[in-house]
Amino acid sequence: MSSRDKILAALKKNQPALVELPVLNFAGNASIDLKEQFTKTLTGIGGLVIEVNNWKDIVKHIQSKFPKPDRIVNRVAHLNFESDGLAYSSEISNKPDQQAGQKSDPHDFSNVTVAIMKGEFGVAENGAIWLTDKDMGDQALPYICEHLVLIINKNSIVPTLHEAYEKIGSSTYHLGTFLAGPSKTADIEQSLVLGAHGSKSLIVFLIN
Amino acid sequence: MSPQNKTHAELADKFNRDVERVNWHDQTLWFVREKRDKAAHKIAEWEQLREAASQIKNNVLSNLHDYLVEFEQNALRNGIHVHWASNAQEHNEIVHSIIKKHNVAHLVKSKSMLTEECGLNEYLHQQGVEVVDTDLGERIIQLANEPPSHIVMPCIHWKKEEIGELFHQHLGTPKGNADPQFLTAAARAHLREHFLTSRVALTGVNFGIAETGEFIVCTNEGNADLGVQLADVHIACMGIEKIIPKRNHLSVFLRLLARSATGQPITTYSSHFQKPREGQEMHIVLVDNGRSERLASDDFRNALKCIRCGACFNTCPVYRRSGGHSYHTAVAGPIGSILAPSFDMKKNADLPFASTLCGSCTNVCPVKIDIHDQLYKWRQVLVKNGHTTASKKVEMNVMSQVLSHPMIYKFSGSVGRWVMRTLPFMVNNKFNPWYKQREMPEASTTSFNSWYQNNRKA
Repeated sequence: MSSRDKILAALKKNQPALVELPVLNFAGNASIDLKEQFTKTLTGIGGLVIEVNNWKDIVKHIQSKFPKPDRIVNRVAHLNFESDGLAYSSEISNKPDQQAGQKSDPHDFSNVTVAIMKGEFGVAENGAIWLTDKDMGDQALPYICEHLVLIINKNSIVPTLHEAYEKIGSSTYHLGTFLAGPSKTADIEQSLVLGAHGSKSLIVFLIN
Repeated sequence: MSPQNKTHAELADKFNRDVERVNWHDQTLWFVREKRDKAAHKIAEWEQLREAASQIKNNVLSNLHDYLVEFEQNALRNGIHVHWASNAQEHNEIVHSIIKKHNVAHLVKSKSMLTEECGLNEYLHQQGVEVVDTDLGERIIQLANEPPSHIVMPCIHWKKEEIGELFHQHLGTPKGNADPQFLTAAARAHLREHFLTSRVALTGVNFGIAETGEFIVCTNEGNADLGVQLADVHIACMGIEKIIPKRNHLSVFLRLLARSATGQPITTYSSHFQKPREGQEMHIVLVDNGRSERLASDDFRNALKCIRCGACFNTCPVYRRSGGHSYHTAVAGPIGSILAPSFDMKKNADLPFASTLCGSCTNVCPVKIDIHDQLYKWRQVLVKNGHTTASKKVEMNVMSQVLSHPMIYKFSGSVGRWVMRTLPFMVNNKFNPWYKQREMPEASTTSFNSWYQNNRKA
């Protein structure tokens, strides 16, 4: 008998009588200012939230935050660093319309200073942003870059994770993630340090 | 592992010799407990969430067979290799066989209490494979050749000056530098090299979803993700009880997990692995190791609901003042004390007694495990099976005689009071464990019974 069959047989024999699943009836308070709660929560866990009116503003913000990045990888076609007449260049990596899960060598991104990509939506209660491999291009990019920039629609923010999973529904992906703030650790005497292994900072732009 | 054949009380005694350090340990953990409270109190429906989580887990335990079959089917469809391990040995062999197939001698690993339970690092070391733990806390204790003392904060017992010295020896940081920011940066640079050169990455699993065949890994540091996304092979090790039925059940568990663990609203990264990326090989190892057997026990089944948040550690007055290593098992604290006896009743017979039964663990548990009740029930099982010390047996027999005979009870009470008043040295000495670290109270001249008789009318 294989281990699989042994384990399954033991479970069948030992599991108690069926207990029904509960009916989940949770909903966040949609009447509060979701944008404000999202901003407050994400700021509280080390992120920076900036509301902008247009794509050009995002370019300007990035340039002032990162005057001389070694390498900037931009996954958002709307952002155009060159055409705005600014002395700044970025590479558009893995065009956003490319198929997800495409093969690239993730090690090639080890020297990326800034990575810019879109997120699907935000969650007000915990400051998290949902994104999938389709947004990332290379799945290593949001983790290996030194600084991460995410752009979400300001009207996409949902109150809690309950609404978030409703939104995700039964969609499929290779990798989906809730990302909330820069990478961090408090393993040394509970002192909070930003930039453990992933990005050292996270900037989220809210746009219409 | 910790010194063999020493009991929790003996090891705690050693830990307690450094009073300042014990107080520091106690306060550090209580600080985390307070952060948990603040986060929980912000959620009006917190108690309903705990109840929902508990009910989902009850359903899981009553239908584990079908959920695992469903998970396997969906995971296979997603292109994930699924392995089954009956015990720790088989788990270790499966992991080794995958590593061997890829002909590597080096892998990065993020936190997984299951691999601690199975002794994977030692096993792979014997096979000539070097495991690099990448969670900062785990890397620290790995360099120091110690087991974790806490499931969420593995090196909570280490002071920054000691970590500075450890890094000076192993990573070449300047002697005397104990700045957490600096030391974290040094670890980041050191581990980045390992991330970039490892072809195999191993992770634990927080939740497996039957409905979708995906699994979720939560970290703050991003070490699991970085390891996995830079490796050709991802091996995920999961206890079979980590299954939940549906993706949207995560909304309940992810709202509870980080708030209970550290008071954060969510971990920085909650990664959902559904399919391997192109060219990557993804394996999941489903491990039983005693879980299916435990499922048969009405008294102890509930411990399988645990989501490993560590809230019961941070709140426990005994854990905070005795340190994780006193528990001499991979999982310490209150939850470890009810898990360990089923692995080895004789070796872990002391652990259910390492508690005051105050019930605080049960009150903070996000999935409502009746931890303190189980501690109490384990004591009964252990005594019935003869796993208690001879002195405890004698004490218990005397107590049961005294408590079941009112005359003897009254008489011994008056003797006790007389002794405490007239011969205090008889109780105020090192042979009386109640005298340790505390003054004995002044004995009353009357018994409660006579006081009650005199005062009942007033």
